[in-house]
Amino acid sequence: MKQLLVIMFSQALINNYMLSRILGTCPFIGVSQQFETATGMSLAVVFVMTMASVITWLVQHFILNPLGMAYLQTVSFILVIAALVQLIEMVIKKNSPGLYRALGIYLPLITTNCAVLGVAIINISSNYNLIESAVSGAAGGLGWGLAIMLFAAIRERQRLAPISEAMQGFPIALVTTGLLAMAFLGFSGFDVARFIGL
Amino acid sequence: MSSPLQAFTNGIYKENPTFRLLLGMCPTMAASIAVSNGIGMGLAATFVLIGSNLIISLLRSVIPSEIRIPCYVVVIATFVTIVDLVMNAFLPQLHAVLGVFVPLIVVNCIILARAEAFASKNRPVSSIMDGLGMGLGFTLALAVLSAIREPLATGVIMAAADLGFNGIRLFPQRYAMAIVNQPVGGFITLGLAIGAVNLITAKKKKRSSDGAQGGAGK
Repeated sequence: MKQLLVIMFSQALINNYMLSRILGTCPFIGVSQQFETATGMSLAVVFVMTMASVITWLVQHFILNPLGMAYLQTVSFILVIAALVQLIEMVIKKNSPGLYRALGIYLPLITTNCAVLGVAIINISSNYNLIESAVSGAAGGLGWGLAIMLFAAIRERQRLAPISEAMQGFPIALVTTGLLAMAFLGFSGFDVARFIGL
Repeated sequence: MSSPLQAFTNGIYKENPTFRLLLGMCPTMAASIAVSNGIGMGLAATFVLIGSNLIISLLRSVIPSEIRIPCYVVVIATFVTIVDLVMNAFLPQLHAVLGVFVPLIVVNCIILARAEAFASKNRPVSSIMDGLGMGLGFTLALAVLSAIREPLATGVIMAAADLGFNGIRLFPQRYAMAIVNQPVGGFITLGLAIGAVNLITAKKKKRSSDGAQGGAGK
């Protein structure tokens, strides 16, 4: 149980997918113009990262490892994730139109979010078991969501600021992300295992 | 339809994937901590771009358009696996430093973007040249960014562990700023670099439009 807590803190804050591992920059900058859309995107990412962590763990341990085909990891994971995103979209569309209206437009974008493939590969290379993988995926998604929501709130304010022409848009967004990442560096010295007495 | 030479030069400056098209940001910031990492990542992506552009261009009349994206992804992932295994065998230290970013070349948007925007519509020779140009443009951008970050962070430039080369020391270690090697440095350096490129492009455009007003037509 304590081990899960360590994984959760590490994936969400200390090794934040966006601000410390630099994964998922394109949707981070692309979908952060407004706070509401950023929230929708975060929910979709948490959902897909958790599902992808579970499914890719099963693929690795029940298909690739027994057949001795671990070298096909990249090919099989990306296909599984692409299919999973498509499937989730169809299921949500049929069963819960409300959720589909909230998440629908973000789902196709998620296949290109490298945090999703990243969490799948990181789970396998860290030797997590199934539960640990699921927790790691959910916490990673929450951490990414926290980052994009903070960033969207900053950007809404930034729209009123006078910014020189060459720095408008993408460049100032990157510099702002850098400052946000500097704040998150504060978590890097936090020893969770010792804090909860493991 | 563009000629092979045009396709090649296009990616270097006019449509530089990093500075102009703003694609493939994650590996750009993650790999530009040292010149050797930047060039290694750039060349790996170049190989994948050339291979996937060639195969997709050859198969462009066979692949049905409804399922083209999964087909492209499989082709790209195959070349990424080749790079992953070869790099692990011959450049183990570079492979260890780049880590998860080597398999993640598969979701580098430059590669899928060129497959969709260029290789699926053009002949194999042009597609190879487009892949080479885009790949070298990406490598060049990585080399520039890492040539700024590496010395600022360590005081050393061009260190390459796999080649047994310790690099050239520009100034003593105690003046180095380790934070430039962190993601923080990546975000800020890339942001300022894109800002600088925007400034240069805007100045150039202004000068040419000033010239055009005095001269004839456009």
